[in-house]
Amino acid sequence: MCGIVGLFLKDKALEPQLGSLLTDMLITMTDRGPDSAGIAIYGAPQAGHAKLTIQSDNAAQDFDGLAERLSSELGAPVTLTRKDTHAVLDFPADKATETRAALESIAPGVRVMSAGESLEIYKEVGLPKDVAARFDISAMHGTHGIGHTRMATESAVTTMGAHPFNTGADQCLVHNGSLSNHNSLRRKLLREGVRIETQNDTEVAAAYLTWKMREGATLGEALESSLVDLDGFFTFVVGTEDGFGVVRDPIACKPAVMAETDQYVAFGSEYRALVNLPGIEQARVWEPEPATVYFWKH
Amino acid sequence: MQTFDLAAEGLRSLNATLQAQANETNQTGWDIINPRGSHAIAVGLDAPIEVHVMGSTGYYCAGMNKQATVHVHGSAGPGVAENMMSGTVVVEGDASQYAGATGNGGTLIIKGNASSRCGISMKGIDIIVHGNIGHMSAFMAQSGNLVVCGDAGDALGDSLYEARLFVRGSVKSLGADCIEKEMRPEHLELLAELLERGGCDAKPEEFKRYGSARQLYNFKPDNAY
Amino acid sequence: MKDETHGAPRTQPIQSATFTQSINAEIRRAAATGIYDIRGGGAKRKVPHFDDLLFLGASISRYPLEGYRERCDTSVTLGTRFAKNPIQLDIPITIAGMSFGALSGPAKEALGRGATLAGTSTTTGDGGMTPEERGHSKKLVYQYLPSRYGMNPDDLRRADAIEVVVGQGAKPGGGGMLLGQKISDRVAQMRNLPKGIDQRSACRHPDWTGPDDLEIKLLELREITGWRVPIYIKVGGARPYFDTTLAVKAGADVVVLDGMQGGTAATQDVFIEHVGQPILACIREAVRALQDLGMHREVQLIVSGGIRTGADVAKCMALGADAVAIGTAALIALGDNDPKWESEYNKLGTTAGAYDDWHEGKDPAGITTQDPELMKRFDPIEGGRRLNNYLKVMTLEAQTIARACGKSHLHNLEPEDLCAVTMEAAAMAKVPLAGTDWWPGKPGTSF
Repeated sequence: MCGIVGLFLKDKALEPQLGSLLTDMLITMTDRGPDSAGIAIYGAPQAGHAKLTIQSDNAAQDFDGLAERLSSELGAPVTLTRKDTHAVLDFPADKATETRAALESIAPGVRVMSAGESLEIYKEVGLPKDVAARFDISAMHGTHGIGHTRMATESAVTTMGAHPFNTGADQCLVHNGSLSNHNSLRRKLLREGVRIETQNDTEVAAAYLTWKMREGATLGEALESSLVDLDGFFTFVVGTEDGFGVVRDPIACKPAVMAETDQYVAFGSEYRALVNLPGIEQARVWEPEPATVYFWKH
Repeated sequence: MQTFDLAAEGLRSLNATLQAQANETNQTGWDIINPRGSHAIAVGLDAPIEVHVMGSTGYYCAGMNKQATVHVHGSAGPGVAENMMSGTVVVEGDASQYAGATGNGGTLIIKGNASSRCGISMKGIDIIVHGNIGHMSAFMAQSGNLVVCGDAGDALGDSLYEARLFVRGSVKSLGADCIEKEMRPEHLELLAELLERGGCDAKPEEFKRYGSARQLYNFKPDNAY
Repeated sequence: MKDETHGAPRTQPIQSATFTQSINAEIRRAAATGIYDIRGGGAKRKVPHFDDLLFLGASISRYPLEGYRERCDTSVTLGTRFAKNPIQLDIPITIAGMSFGALSGPAKEALGRGATLAGTSTTTGDGGMTPEERGHSKKLVYQYLPSRYGMNPDDLRRADAIEVVVGQGAKPGGGGMLLGQKISDRVAQMRNLPKGIDQRSACRHPDWTGPDDLEIKLLELREITGWRVPIYIKVGGARPYFDTTLAVKAGADVVVLDGMQGGTAATQDVFIEHVGQPILACIREAVRALQDLGMHREVQLIVSGGIRTGADVAKCMALGADAVAIGTAALIALGDNDPKWESEYNKLGTTAGAYDDWHEGKDPAGITTQDPELMKRFDPIEGGRRLNNYLKVMTLEAQTIARACGKSHLHNLEPEDLCAVTMEAAAMAKVPLAGTDWWPGKPGTSF
């Protein structure tokens, strides 16, 4: 049960403001989700570079010298930029698999929030305004982003239980609603070798999309099949390297408002989240249809 | 005309002020500025006043309205005019889910489109939509009239009781126990009045009427679920 | 008659424990009619209950209080979190929501009379507020249900508290039913329905789903009522830890938790008997949720579902509840299922104590009916007097126990004042099995 915000910029002039616009939208959704908050920001990828957003509850200790150790293990340059409990590791794109393996053996306590070339995910327990401030989200530039405020239903209020969930390289998912068959699906996905770390229903949905895509589906196809395989109530917003998508369950009880202008496409669980966007008075505002997959791409 | 700045003075003050207006109030005109999608704007009113909300609203604008006219100069969030008893609510833009839910009376006019579950469990309200309505509209609708100048989404009038539904455009699908019914002269007359009240530029003859087949009214082996 | 067995010993006929006579009868009934069984009341199956708990009492290590002379308070204040006017009750036993429609007008009046005499509240139901009920109830809780039958802002403002019903113990996840026999002219008019139909209520509210939307709904209700009255949120015994947590997060002043023994006017038997948890298993989980949020005693907890005696009341309080609600027990006090109507119960194919076809509206006691002739059998003044007597006895019983445990207020009863006589009850109530310091699932122990 939650609040979702999303912003996809068409106008490059707004890119320096992506973080501040999203932060304002996120904080407006505090009532819907006071337990934890998270934000996924897509920035311009640097050719030949890939990155991991990592998190540790003992950041000072775990991040100290981590870049150097990874660098020597991989024989390639690795940089680490720390933000509070999170850090972004930058490394050559052709070393993505090795970097992740090396990280797991060198720093097993460090958790990966996101992987890709343009995506960074920051999420923690606490009020949205505090979470956004910890990571200085409002200073971030980017092309598009998704934010989430969580009111936990059944699973624990933890960093790993916060949204967004990273589904595949440069892909992430947030959810508002409550699934009703995620326990069986979790068992099935675990048997398929998909990694699932929490009891959270949304993580199962994210893992489901990851698995479908691993089996050859496109993200669009995976979302289409989620309408059949996931039971319960959901509004999903997914982020990809070049855009974002929205899908609601066939009953579509959980709210969703979209707004589009020449400058952006925006998503909010409530219209309130959109009121400070530039030119909102002139925007086309509508609600996505149930059981329909929408995508906006650059 | 009184102007009330919601952003500056707050929701509690707004509703307390509007609810305190008596039948014989002289302050009959109110402009609410800076609504900014706020919830529960102008709820529980009970006086013949005219409230203009100068922008879009959040959930439950004009909830449980009696007597008052509430005019939203923007779009309305979920549950606009829910459980309205009397009076008039006009939405210049679109209305989100559950518009006019469980309304007992009065008139709700939506000049744009209404989303899903428009008129769910309506109990006597008249709802007039200039545009389209979403899925599951008029679910378990008990009485009153729903007029749609555009198209209706899936499962229109599912488990309908005695509400009358008039749709000019297409109906994506009818819900359980909802059927098309003959448009008789008394329905055309009723519809003409509703269209005039709603300020719709449409002719009654262009509409089809839908209502309950009344096959679910009593438990039977074939319809138990 | 010729002896076909030729005198050889025979196996005696053995009835199956799986295919019992009553199961077989139900299979035959289903095969003949093609429709599920609908009935009133709560779960009839045997489940671990308050009878499986005992109070330890006082002796040398603890000192008891004298009956009558030494104080043992029973008052409770409900709705202290947000409401300007919390509800003050003399006793922690309230009357649960039962609709006008399910019950006759005079029966509703009697509940109001009895509750008012005893200094407690009564509650409307899925059919709106009637003048006789409001008039005779000093404290009236107005239910806000998915159907919204009879809902209007004037009655909302006449209420002393609002109870948003998300679910009830007899059928968590289900909506209400009221069958045609009871949809009289007045009931039909109040609910805005055609007379004589079999009415089904929706299972979800029409204009919100989930705690994030519920929070906004509570804001609207508070704005309409000027933040004066408490808002209760009622849930069935489904996932009490999560449901209590979310009710509090959504903004409840009071959480009402109804176990599976809680009654209903009418629903499918399969729902009553197979969905929901016994109240004994729910209370500690709800209290744990409140404690984890730092809200125990800040948001009050009312529990219900099979409460019959002052001992049950005291046990609920000891497990952490602030008050209880009774429904079925109140109807029995009014005269429901009284053996004096035995011959009439027999004509309906049942017997006193087992009568549960409340949905048919043929109640010989004139309580669960809309039939004017049957209703005449019930005197609301006498009914109110009986209910008051019963509430007084329950209160005295609870006080007797509390004093024996050395408590000057019922609220000071604690889980540590209890033991369990069965493993099941020990596990569910999280109190030690009698004679041990252990219960199944106790942290730090293995089973």
